[in-house]
Amino acid sequence: MSDKIWDVAIIGGGPAGLTAYLYARRALLEALLIEKGPIGGQVLLTDLIENYPGFPEGIPGFELIQKMQEQVEKYGLNLVQKKAIALKPEGELKEILLEDKEVVKARTVILALGAGMRKLGIPGEKELTGKGVSYCATCDGPFFKNQIVAVIGGGNTALQEALYLTKFAKKVYLIHRRDAFRATPILQQRVKENPKIEIIWNTVLKEIKGKDSVEGVVTYNRQTGEEGFLEVAGVFIFIGHEPETEWLKGVVELDEKGFILVNQNMETSLKGVYACGDCISKPFRQIINACGEGAVAALSAEKYLESSH
Amino acid sequence: MGVKAITDETFEEEVLNSSIPVLVDFWAPWCGPCRAIAPIIEELAEELEGKVKVCKCNVDENPITPGKFGIRAIPTLIIFKNGEAVESIVGAVSKATILNALNKVLEG
Repeated sequence: MSDKIWDVAIIGGGPAGLTAYLYARRALLEALLIEKGPIGGQVLLTDLIENYPGFPEGIPGFELIQKMQEQVEKYGLNLVQKKAIALKPEGELKEILLEDKEVVKARTVILALGAGMRKLGIPGEKELTGKGVSYCATCDGPFFKNQIVAVIGGGNTALQEALYLTKFAKKVYLIHRRDAFRATPILQQRVKENPKIEIIWNTVLKEIKGKDSVEGVVTYNRQTGEEGFLEVAGVFIFIGHEPETEWLKGVVELDEKGFILVNQNMETSLKGVYACGDCISKPFRQIINACGEGAVAALSAEKYLESSH
Repeated sequence: MGVKAITDETFEEEVLNSSIPVLVDFWAPWCGPCRAIAPIIEELAEELEGKVKVCKCNVDENPITPGKFGIRAIPTLIIFKNGEAVESIVGAVSKATILNALNKVLEG
């Protein structure tokens, strides 16, 4: 690319990054969005979002992202579809190195990296991904019509996706390692009332078995120490998120899990670098707070640029 | 030429009998990530015109072909060369990842 110096480079095109971009452009800043995959991030995996205000009937994840994208495109979307692999301060500027060795220069940087789905890390998981092991019920649920599937997890996503899968599967085992769910009460109530869902408490998976596709899972009851085998055709894993911040170690401060530490103005430990959305260290990961943080990050960047002129 | 929609009926003719490598995007309208990568697939079709044929297969309307290849997740991209599946990518990945896989097949 040219030697252009951007006012703000935003890395990540999910709700946090798109909101930051919107605010940056409305502040008349020269903004660049860097996104390695499709615009939208994890929201694309959600069938129906029911807790984003303004959509009383709920809205499919893809449609919400489409609307957010349309909104930023009104202000001109400068997009680079590449992966960022390094960030370093260079005098007053920041340099972002991209996967193809291209360098982006910017006065401020907003990290809106999102988070990846956490893996179980057990035998069979990687080998059978796409062959019955899935992290997206919306995408892959319809392949399991009238079959038996297992859902792993106890948070909002796990319960919501278990409910979604009952539209296709004839039975859904909901396997949770503890004896209570973390999910919001309304989802717990719906799960308990659904005749297709069988909850298996205090249980973890030891292995996912199958040759060309998933045939079953080896379970381990943490209370009784008993091992078991459940015949299932699909395993849907929703056990939380993990950050993709390995490349930022030593550049900005991270918490012990690798999430980026920020203050209430979304400032990281490196001046002129902000972070927002699922990649930051925080207790709740919702679309609504990702957007809020994106707005704050952009406004903070704007203030910083004004004061440094 | 753009992205060619194929069906269970035309799969053999369009993909297996193709004289150049074929990238097939298995997708469905219900799948957000599939719709999100569609523009990337369109771009690849234009950029690689003449070198790689790019097709899409709606798994909702054409269950036989994805069944043959054991597809249980979408988007799944499969690259065919001389009638054989030589590379497969599961999930919404970056343009660079798809391009790398295609280049490997083109060079190999």
